[in-house]
Amino acid sequence: MPRDDAPLTREQVFDAYRTVLRARALDDRRFVLNRAGKLAFIISPRGHEVAQVAAITALEPGRDRFCLYYRNFAAALACGFTPEELMLSAFARAADPSSGGRQTPGNFGSRRRGVVIGSSTVGPQIPKAAGIGLALKWKGEGALCYVSFGEGATSQGDFHEGLNFAAIHHCPVIFFCENNHWAISVPQALQVAGPGVAERAAAYGIPGVRVRGDDFFGVYDAVRDAASRARAGEGPTLIEAEVLRLQSHSTDDDQRTYRDATELAAEAARDPIPRMRDALIERGWLTTESDDAMREQVSREVERATEAAEAAPDPDPGSLSRHVYADA
Amino acid sequence: MPERNLVQAVRDALDEEMARDERVCVLGEDVGLKGGVFKATEGLQQRYGVQRVLDTPLAESSIAAVAQGLSLEGFRPVAEMQFVDYSFPAFNQIVNEIAKVRYRSNGDFSCPLVIRAPTGGGVRGALYHSQSPEAFFCHVPGLKVVLPSTPVDAKGLLKAAIRDPDPVIFLEPKKLYRAERQEVAEGEAAVLPLGAAAVVREGVDVTAESGRHRGGDHRPAHASPMGRRDLCPLDPQDGPRGGDLRGQPNRRLRRRGGG
Repeated sequence: MPRDDAPLTREQVFDAYRTVLRARALDDRRFVLNRAGKLAFIISPRGHEVAQVAAITALEPGRDRFCLYYRNFAAALACGFTPEELMLSAFARAADPSSGGRQTPGNFGSRRRGVVIGSSTVGPQIPKAAGIGLALKWKGEGALCYVSFGEGATSQGDFHEGLNFAAIHHCPVIFFCENNHWAISVPQALQVAGPGVAERAAAYGIPGVRVRGDDFFGVYDAVRDAASRARAGEGPTLIEAEVLRLQSHSTDDDQRTYRDATELAAEAARDPIPRMRDALIERGWLTTESDDAMREQVSREVERATEAAEAAPDPDPGSLSRHVYADA
Repeated sequence: MPERNLVQAVRDALDEEMARDERVCVLGEDVGLKGGVFKATEGLQQRYGVQRVLDTPLAESSIAAVAQGLSLEGFRPVAEMQFVDYSFPAFNQIVNEIAKVRYRSNGDFSCPLVIRAPTGGGVRGALYHSQSPEAFFCHVPGLKVVLPSTPVDAKGLLKAAIRDPDPVIFLEPKKLYRAERQEVAEGEAAVLPLGAAAVVREGVDVTAESGRHRGGDHRPAHASPMGRRDLCPLDPQDGPRGGDLRGQPNRRLRRRGGG
């Protein structure tokens, strides 16, 4: 676990890069399985992976709380979900750790990992995170709550209510906006007035930071700074990570029908994963050979995870109405 | 036993539960310094401090959301919506988030909390201070809906609601806040179970079930008026002879048992 004063180690970066590769490889497999009719619905993190994993690497899974949103597939892996567990969610199997197959697969949750169960409506996790942050402040154990969302969610009233509450009470919360500039087909210009999301922090009297989402070390540093402030009782921070949506909103969407083909091609050429690889090679932390070996290993993991999840049993239909209320 | 009206009984229940369990906290608009617009939380902030009796921003969605966050972290929040008419900005948090957190997490998470709100008309409050939207909440799986009509019921059921493992919408008929006084028990003796109706008066022929306040007053003597103290979920044992109220199996009634 990283400590506030400890530098990022090569092992941590190596692990983070492997998590990024896992997310991409698993997601690619999920899309194939969807097109083959085996998975109902997937929301891809493609283009967001580096930003998500960098952010979680700066925090302490097991100690901190995480209110993730439906595009946080790579963040979920970084929080400790295994490839097989995420495939169990994708197949809606009984052993899906998030919901036992009750929710669509992007709604991650695991109490023991501090990942607060997600939902499909947009933005309700933002004021919820403020409440969790208030509780963590009362407990005084130095833990914080990380909450993530897209730029579309910042149009919701819950975004304002959550930031306002957390700022008033100096709650230890990191608000992490993954701005991919598109909310399904609605571009940022029709969603956010002004230059972006980070500027809104000023209205709440809290720091607002904009970072490039393809810069692993930049995102890591921004989140680490925000975590230091939160743990020191200095309140919340709003971080806006600019990312690319390299896949359509979901498997039920085709962004080629409403986005410019030239722009899509240009964005595909700016995939953050090769940039992260090159940055690691430049630092001497990775070689082409070790990269290939890691990809090979990840590919085998995806294979095993898919086979295990596909063979796993469906939920028992008799359990359909369980957990509406506490068991008597 | 002390004589109390309904709003005093609510305050006593909060006071006793806060004294009994330090996880219990109160939050909402004007609940602290002012003690609530109906004085349901009067004196609690002086007694328990500004943390446990928290004046929130004027934003109902975040009142519900913050209550949920506190609950997920092990606290037992009692959130006040100043009028139930103003709970609608929090409808998504209540219906999609709070009510369903246990179900959608397959039982991994739960969210025990109470949302209190004055309900109903009769105080010259017009449209936005008089609505009776309990039917909305009764149609939400995962919520328990309580509607007391006497000081004894208000205190006993609120204490039970605060201790309940599931989220409870606790609707207080504002017309009755100061309508009558009753001798109300203190401490554990005051607690009334959720999920049981009150037989207002024994009759012989039929059971008339009413969810509304003082439903039994004008019924003919051959009926057994059942004052529903909580509206949802229904308990199959509520019938006057222990049978189903509708005389036939009701699938919805079974969901409490988890089957």
